[in-house]
Amino acid sequence: MTSLTNPLVQVENLSKVYEGRRSLANRLTGVEPFSVRAVNDVSFHVDRGEILGLIGESGCGKSTLGRAVLRLHEPTAGRVLFDGTDVTALSAGALKDMRRRMQIVFQDPYASLNPRSTVADIVGLPLRLHGLAASRSEMRDQVVGILEKVGLNAAHLDRYPHQFSGGQRQRIGIARALISHPEFIVCDEPVSALDVSIQAQIIQLLLELKDEMGLTYLFISHDISVIGYLSNRVAVMYLGEIVEMGPASDVLARPRHPYTQSLMSAVPDVDAPGHHQRVRLTGDLPSPLDPPPGCKFHTRCPLATDACKHAAPVPEEVSPGHRVACHRLHENLSVLETASRAEGC
Amino acid sequence: MSQNDILLEVEDLRTVFDTSEGAVRAVDGVDVTVRRGECLGVVGESGSGKSVTFSSVMGLVRAPGRIAGGRIRFDGRDLIGLGPRDMRAIRGRDISMTMQDALTALNPALTVGEQLAEMLNAHDEDLPARGGARRRAIREKSVEMLRLVGIPSPDSRLGQYPHEFSGGMRQRIMIAIALAPGPKLLIADEPTTALDVTIQAQVLELISDIRARLGMSVVLITHDLGVVAEHCDRVMVMYAGQVVEEGATVDVIANPRHPYTRGLLASIPRLSMRGQPIRPIEGQVPNLVGLPPQCRFYSRCPERMDSCLQTVAMRPAGPGRRARCIAIAEEAVA
Repeated sequence: MTSLTNPLVQVENLSKVYEGRRSLANRLTGVEPFSVRAVNDVSFHVDRGEILGLIGESGCGKSTLGRAVLRLHEPTAGRVLFDGTDVTALSAGALKDMRRRMQIVFQDPYASLNPRSTVADIVGLPLRLHGLAASRSEMRDQVVGILEKVGLNAAHLDRYPHQFSGGQRQRIGIARALISHPEFIVCDEPVSALDVSIQAQIIQLLLELKDEMGLTYLFISHDISVIGYLSNRVAVMYLGEIVEMGPASDVLARPRHPYTQSLMSAVPDVDAPGHHQRVRLTGDLPSPLDPPPGCKFHTRCPLATDACKHAAPVPEEVSPGHRVACHRLHENLSVLETASRAEGC
Repeated sequence: MSQNDILLEVEDLRTVFDTSEGAVRAVDGVDVTVRRGECLGVVGESGSGKSVTFSSVMGLVRAPGRIAGGRIRFDGRDLIGLGPRDMRAIRGRDISMTMQDALTALNPALTVGEQLAEMLNAHDEDLPARGGARRRAIREKSVEMLRLVGIPSPDSRLGQYPHEFSGGMRQRIMIAIALAPGPKLLIADEPTTALDVTIQAQVLELISDIRARLGMSVVLITHDLGVVAEHCDRVMVMYAGQVVEEGATVDVIANPRHPYTRGLLASIPRLSMRGQPIRPIEGQVPNLVGLPPQCRFYSRCPERMDSCLQTVAMRPAGPGRRARCIAIAEEAVA
């Protein structure tokens, strides 16, 4: 019963700050080196068996967050509980054991596979690291087994990554993540580098594997259609913070944060071109080196007032599990326009 | 439609890359028609030949690539066989092209103002002949172009280098440079692929806006059918070096006639399809070396038949529409 009520992953007040190195010039002039608050005080949970979609534009900190959750990047503050264990407090050895249970699939199928290793070595590596295979032949059997699950086969074992297409390489990356039978996978833009028809193949594969192997995903993407299609819940990130989070059907049908509304309306719609009202965003993303004070979205927000420039908004629950951080939540009337568009979600 | 309505007409274009494994027929018998003032969308996946087709039109194909056959007529003139000097006069002034990656397409060592001036110097014939008047006119025109593409305080930004601009701003600068000589045709090669959605919407609206204002034609090369649906009058779908379907965008999307177009549309994840499986196209694009004379989509087509194992030509598929599928002809006969 506990496994049903306890979330598999619980992230509490997680922050990640990158500090610049203090140079001699800094020391002489007394200027502080730069620091980037890539992830700022983020909390969320992922329930067992669900897909939490994390969406945001480049530079918003979504990949950093995904890696900080696995401690691939050491968090600066906050805790990550995995199945009740505080991952941030684990020793290096204990963390290694824990990693068997939590894995990652990377965006770039070209950069994430060692060009000098064969498929057998790449996919078999987690077995060696965790001592999960007693013999070479057993290892080979397991590798072939997982390759067949992802749509490859034994004939591919001795080939090198450059002999595969982008879609096939992503299948190799997925096989490597799954071979240690993990429970939790961070999918970091796994389909963004792929052509449309191949993207659909990989999405379908990830969904099938999730059901078959009982997986839980944190699915990171900048593509709201992909996130909307496969997520149970959605978190929207802007400049290191989650501005809106809730059940996918609710957030995407009735987005309440002006940033989510503008994201939804910016996506070109193949079925109903031009039928939706544009919530226009002016300007570019501010530099994360020097984020705006108050609500970080106020420089681009069509609804911003003076109050937004001074105080950061506190997340408020608008319906069960649907939280929004916006000062203008109750004055925001664009809801109805976007609601009509995403009917049927 | 009179002959005069047609700005660009490409017939049976063949562009080949000679490699050690054999000749890659990257563009194999492609026809393109672009009318005055229209926006044509060109859709296809990597390797479909969409960029090579329009690099060929621009005369930008370099060895080991070569144009092996076909005709390119632009505004009444044949472009194939034109000397480099004449081609240079057309390229830039009459036809401009923007590249996908603005950071590598812009020169990092020159200011934005210098790059605009270079284009204007080469192609703008309305400028004063020389001296201070010419320099002032170029500066004025440059500021006007940056303002046109929505760059704030353009006067002060002329002296800045490409790295001082964000990705969306760089794409705007490239569009400004391409539009500076007032071309009749703008070829935009994946102008928003590297950009975030909110910035993508801004740049695409800018292109549509300028097209309406200046009355030019636009070819929008993209892999995103959503972008085509929102911005293009007509669409041409390419697969493995050939056009497989073309027609008015609304018709093609509402009623795709080629199985590949249907597959592409079914592959797009949609918010409204939550919980239903998407139907991806199985397999992958064939190797373009030594293709057998058969429908190129044969190996991936869910509707393939034995009669597809022959060369398939484009055939009429409704008013203003053509598609390269044998099933269409048989249906018309029946």
